[in-house]
Amino acid sequence: MNVLVVAESLRGAPQGVTRELVTAGSRLGPVTLALLTPDPVRFVPSCQLEGVTEILTVDLPGDFEPDPYSRALKDLIQARQPDLTLVAFTINGIAYAPAVAAALGLGFASDVHGLKLERGNLVATRSFYGSLVTAELEFPPDTPVLLLLRPKAWPPAVLSRNISVTEFVVPRGRSRARHIGFTEASVPGDLDIAEAPFLISIGRAVADAEGVARFQRLAERVGATLSSSRPLVDSGLMPPSRQVGQSGKVVKPKVYFAFGISGAAEHLAGITEAQTILAVNTDPYAPIFSVADYGAVADVFEIAEELEKLY
Amino acid sequence: MGWLVRARGVVAVKLLVCAKAVASFRAPVRITSNAASVDPDVLEFGPNEWDLAAAEEALCLRDQKGGEVVAATCGTSTSEKTLRRLLAMGFNRAVLVEGVPADPMSVARALTDVALLEQPDLIFCGARSSDSGHASTGSMLAELLGMPCAAVVTRVFYDEERRLAVVERELEGGLIDHMEIDTPAVLTIQTGISQPRYANLRALKKAESLTIDIRRPVREGPPAYSIRRVFHEQPANHAEMIGGDAAHIAQRIAEILRTRLS
Repeated sequence: MNVLVVAESLRGAPQGVTRELVTAGSRLGPVTLALLTPDPVRFVPSCQLEGVTEILTVDLPGDFEPDPYSRALKDLIQARQPDLTLVAFTINGIAYAPAVAAALGLGFASDVHGLKLERGNLVATRSFYGSLVTAELEFPPDTPVLLLLRPKAWPPAVLSRNISVTEFVVPRGRSRARHIGFTEASVPGDLDIAEAPFLISIGRAVADAEGVARFQRLAERVGATLSSSRPLVDSGLMPPSRQVGQSGKVVKPKVYFAFGISGAAEHLAGITEAQTILAVNTDPYAPIFSVADYGAVADVFEIAEELEKLY
Repeated sequence: MGWLVRARGVVAVKLLVCAKAVASFRAPVRITSNAASVDPDVLEFGPNEWDLAAAEEALCLRDQKGGEVVAATCGTSTSEKTLRRLLAMGFNRAVLVEGVPADPMSVARALTDVALLEQPDLIFCGARSSDSGHASTGSMLAELLGMPCAAVVTRVFYDEERRLAVVERELEGGLIDHMEIDTPAVLTIQTGISQPRYANLRALKKAESLTIDIRRPVREGPPAYSIRRVFHEQPANHAEMIGGDAAHIAQRIAEILRTRLS
């Protein structure tokens, strides 16, 4: 099976997930790695990865825009005819790769976290209903497939050398959605939760400002920094700078203590580097318990009350 | 071609919101004996959180500029309640394209003809669905319609005079991407953009009597994938669970904190 991997780049630089895509692809067959970014030649040394048989440099102007990326990927797939194309399941990945699959009539799935060949047929594994149900997918026969792979689901490929490099030229065209600039969501001056050694993190179960204040008090008492999952930021109860998860901050505390956080994949992606995870939730089936070291099925306010008595 | 002949200076907007009735568990997970699907008896259906955010954003834009906002879904009778909820929130009309909302390509295909018929200035989709989470339907729909798409949008400024929308997109790690997009366009909406309004009881009751426009899908094509088998995976790891009453749990947690923080 011939595999085309599209290197994930952000602000012009390839991202670590690219190495994971190469691992996933190289387990199925020889990998062609395409670098779609401005001045891609400068990244060739860091993209000499084991399992890659050829690097294609595709010079695209400026920061990410869906049109040039989808045009380039369509051209690449039509020119190279890969059996399987792999793109990272990221915000920019979902902004153009599904369109390519729709345009070319490819087999398609996203947020895939497992891949195998069975009697020569590709089988992809992904989750439904949060992470409660896992499904094996198969694809229409004799049709190339494009998959968006979940970050952190494969180990990164190690560096290699002497991989041949080819320039792949794509025609320039008008962009219907144009990048204007970047800003940071964080409030300047707020502390950086990514560096905090002890985080108390609150989720949907803490439903109002009074609840947030209650846990702020607990955090101060036990010497922790308060963070949260996405819903409390969405409802304006917590600032974006305190959000843990794929769309927030990736944190690496000694202890991550989750109160009333069910553990959506979006959130769990932000806590993979926490050393110890504790979770309190009323739902015994909450996915957070499958990543936590210690868990308790209990009311978050009762536990906060009792815990505070001990400090 | 409504959007081409619409006179300049007319501010009324036409918006289409694609929404999905998502499944969630009302009882512990159960898989059918042939492992083909989840037992439907343990599922219940309701509006997708991301689509409600998209709906609210569209309603605000309609309220501000005047015009019409239409809801569309691909689904079965289980989707009707979700459409009625949107009508109660203030949508002008609702369209149900009959079909099983399986893979994102099939859903995008089913919604394409609704969009071609309605000719909206902007199409809003939820950035993802809570049950299947492909986060791909909006991008595919845009491609099938020949429209541009901006994914995971957290702010929208629509300039109907210039036929442009300026949007903010939320990238990983809290980075905000500012983008200008030609319209008509598809925008996939992230939660948090606005707090969806409540539909009060009276509005919900009134919505019961409104007609939902039920259509048959026009296009045919292969699905993007098919499900081979499903399973309820016992997680490889599971937390060591602390039992007992709240006081006992707190005590054990305090011990753990002491050793793990030292």
